[in-house]
Amino acid sequence: MTAVSEPTSESELAEAVAEARAARMPLAVQGRGTKSGIGRPAQTAATLSTVRMSGITLYEPAELVIGAKAGTPVAEIEAALAARGQMLPFEPIDYRPLLGSEGGPTVGGIAAGNLSGPRRISAGACRDSLIGVRFVNGRGEIVKNGGRVMKNVTGLDLVKLMAGSWGTLGVMSEVIFKVLPVAETTATLVLHGLDDARAIEALSTALGSPFEVTGAAHLPLGIDRVPTTLVRIEGFAPSVAYRSGRLRALLKPFGTGDVLEGAPAADLWRRVRDASFLAEPRDRAVWRVSVAPSKAAAALARLRGEGEIRHFYDWGGGLVWIALPAAGDAGAAAIRGALAGTGGHATLVRAPAEIRAAVDVFEPQSPALMTITEGVKASLDPDRLFNPGRLYAGL
Amino acid sequence: MGIAFPTPDADILARREAIVAGLARLLPPGGLVTSEDERRAFETDAFTAYRRMPLAVALPSSTEEAAAVMRFCHENSVKVVPRGAGTSLAGGAIPQEDAVVIGVSKMNRVLDVNFKDRTMRVEAGITNLAISNAVMHEGFFYAPDPSSQLACTIAGNIGMNSGGAHCLKYGVTTNNILGVKMVLVDGTVVEIGGDALDAPGYDLLGLVVGSEGQLGIVTEATVRILRAAEGARPVLFGFETSEQAGAAVAAIIGAGIIPVAMEFMDKPAIEICEAFAHAGYPLDVEALLIIEVEGSDEEMDFTLARIVEIARKHGVKTVKESKSAMETAAIWKGRKSAFGATGRVADYICMDGTIPTGRLPEVLRRIDEIVKGYGLRVANVFHAGDGNLHPLVLYDVNDPEEAHKAEEAGNDILRLCVEVGGCLTGEHGVGIEKRDLMNVQFDPVDLDQQMRVRGVFDRGWLLNPAKVFPLDRRITA
Repeated sequence: MTAVSEPTSESELAEAVAEARAARMPLAVQGRGTKSGIGRPAQTAATLSTVRMSGITLYEPAELVIGAKAGTPVAEIEAALAARGQMLPFEPIDYRPLLGSEGGPTVGGIAAGNLSGPRRISAGACRDSLIGVRFVNGRGEIVKNGGRVMKNVTGLDLVKLMAGSWGTLGVMSEVIFKVLPVAETTATLVLHGLDDARAIEALSTALGSPFEVTGAAHLPLGIDRVPTTLVRIEGFAPSVAYRSGRLRALLKPFGTGDVLEGAPAADLWRRVRDASFLAEPRDRAVWRVSVAPSKAAAALARLRGEGEIRHFYDWGGGLVWIALPAAGDAGAAAIRGALAGTGGHATLVRAPAEIRAAVDVFEPQSPALMTITEGVKASLDPDRLFNPGRLYAGL
Repeated sequence: MGIAFPTPDADILARREAIVAGLARLLPPGGLVTSEDERRAFETDAFTAYRRMPLAVALPSSTEEAAAVMRFCHENSVKVVPRGAGTSLAGGAIPQEDAVVIGVSKMNRVLDVNFKDRTMRVEAGITNLAISNAVMHEGFFYAPDPSSQLACTIAGNIGMNSGGAHCLKYGVTTNNILGVKMVLVDGTVVEIGGDALDAPGYDLLGLVVGSEGQLGIVTEATVRILRAAEGARPVLFGFETSEQAGAAVAAIIGAGIIPVAMEFMDKPAIEICEAFAHAGYPLDVEALLIIEVEGSDEEMDFTLARIVEIARKHGVKTVKESKSAMETAAIWKGRKSAFGATGRVADYICMDGTIPTGRLPEVLRRIDEIVKGYGLRVANVFHAGDGNLHPLVLYDVNDPEEAHKAEEAGNDILRLCVEVGGCLTGEHGVGIEKRDLMNVQFDPVDLDQQMRVRGVFDRGWLLNPAKVFPLDRRITA
């Protein structure tokens, strides 16, 4: 049982960090902890949570900007945006189905994980929408970077560093995002029966068209064990009608397919976003692989013979989710071997703690980049207070 | 003039001959510029009010040559000023007497185009427009389009995180780069990112983009390319007040429409640009919006009808749609040559602050007051959708007093941008121009943190050292 500190303000947060620093007490940094199962298990004596720092601090729909304290539930942000017909552009994944965790994810958590979903291919990642942060660094100082305007190149972009740092560089107290209008209409083209390579070719064709595809996924097992390829278009109704017609014609060589709309389509994209196809069986390890789409199918083919593997593709083939038995290294060597020479990389997002302690959960980097990584960590958190070892051993 | 440079290191100046000889051993003939006449071409950039003669100019033809020059400079404690095409409006590429300029302009090849993955690998000295031109035959383009795109390099775009008129929809440089090859200060070559949509570990790529040549020299880049829309059409909307124009912009976004561009010009800017480009801009209005939409003809008709309806509700006086490719070209020529056209009627300094768009009418009024207070004139062009302002403060470069006033007026405008919740620079970068204003936007603790991160890459302050951070309080760790 570790002590849990839940400051209610930024200044209390800074005090809590300063105290931990004085006591040389490493901290597990989290919001509601829905993603605490991701990363290497950290050896920490206490937990610092932003859960009681909650509330929207700024929302200007006409300026396409929203800001909130880090502990604000994502659901609260999404409800406020939806009330004005807007959304977070990057469609953040909700890890609860996959990790079996409970509670509501916080907005600081999606920033810290740089969590992006299917719309990443058209609207950018979480880090592209994150335009401002306030955080407490490992010295206990309150630091701001970026701001509330979407075009800002003033000084070094520490906002990007904070995005995806998994709470290892600082404790975010407030985040500001660029937002977008929710499209009036959505349509999803569905192709059936394509193998992986052919499906990715179809997705590349769609993404290389002028029709602004906002979702491109392939489910090798489909919904009823028939391979299913999904292409999403969003916009004003006449535009979506026109574009889905043109896309169907363009994708004719890959089959006639059909169009899915409304709640069933939205539900399917939610499952793509959350990788919930791989949630069961719960004893399987789950990997997230990022690779150039044209190299994805061949990399997966190299994995055949590694036991029972299930997988599906998002981002036009550029993101591959893989589930396999959580035995030995949970497939680490096989997956990284299959990716060798592709420039792709793999992250172990679900596995028992003893496996996550034994293998590289995040892709190892070149020695030169690791030196920079260590330097960056030391420049923000010199005493290694925040989530020590969660990203890389010794970091 | 008001912006200080550090005192040149006398020891380095005394060793100039040996340094030049050392560099000459590392570069092929033509790769090193040493004569005073030829060095003069590198003594400033597009921030021409300031100039300093560099010690020498190295023009490597490969990453290996760039690395050798960096290693040599590091070993000899010689400062380095990276340079693309020298189009920085913020003085980002202005040298100093004790520094070697490393220019990447000879490294300008396309290395690989991958239409399936929609990526392209280029040498960093390639121009922004040449990237788009290399993929145009397949209907693709590289999205960020700074006004200087004919000349500026992707290396410079990465250094400054450049934007352009179309970034409301497509984002700025940092949103369109997937990887870089970079030479570190000691000559080590690193690959950051790659051709996948994300990279492991900290987002070092995001850190490098916009770092103004202070973390290393980028020699190659992997960029995202996009398929162009079926068509694009700009429409001119003339308003009698900037308040009406600003309200129309807010209402368009409020209606869920994100045009690919929304450009604003005030009356002085309209007159200057129309005289230059003959684009058919209305001359009887106080504010002009150029709003561009994309798609098929039917889609553009549909979207424009909605935009026109909104504009009418906000009292639009003139609506003029482009009827041909030539008209479209003329409309954009007028806007993109706003700086050049202004240069024909007066000298000017171009500001680059960003403000929350809701504060637009108030800020325009106060800019006018500020500039009039100095007895000068101002023309305003800016990206209305994202609040990125480009007030052009007009003055006479041959009148030192007026030049000083223009600089002061510009600084007051940027202080105003920060005061209303915006920032000092939206897309041009800090350079030397805004360096001494950084304390207005940031507290010491904010700047210290940035400098500590900077120090990871360059502990000795050798890389572009006179830029970005105020000279009086510098730290490394």
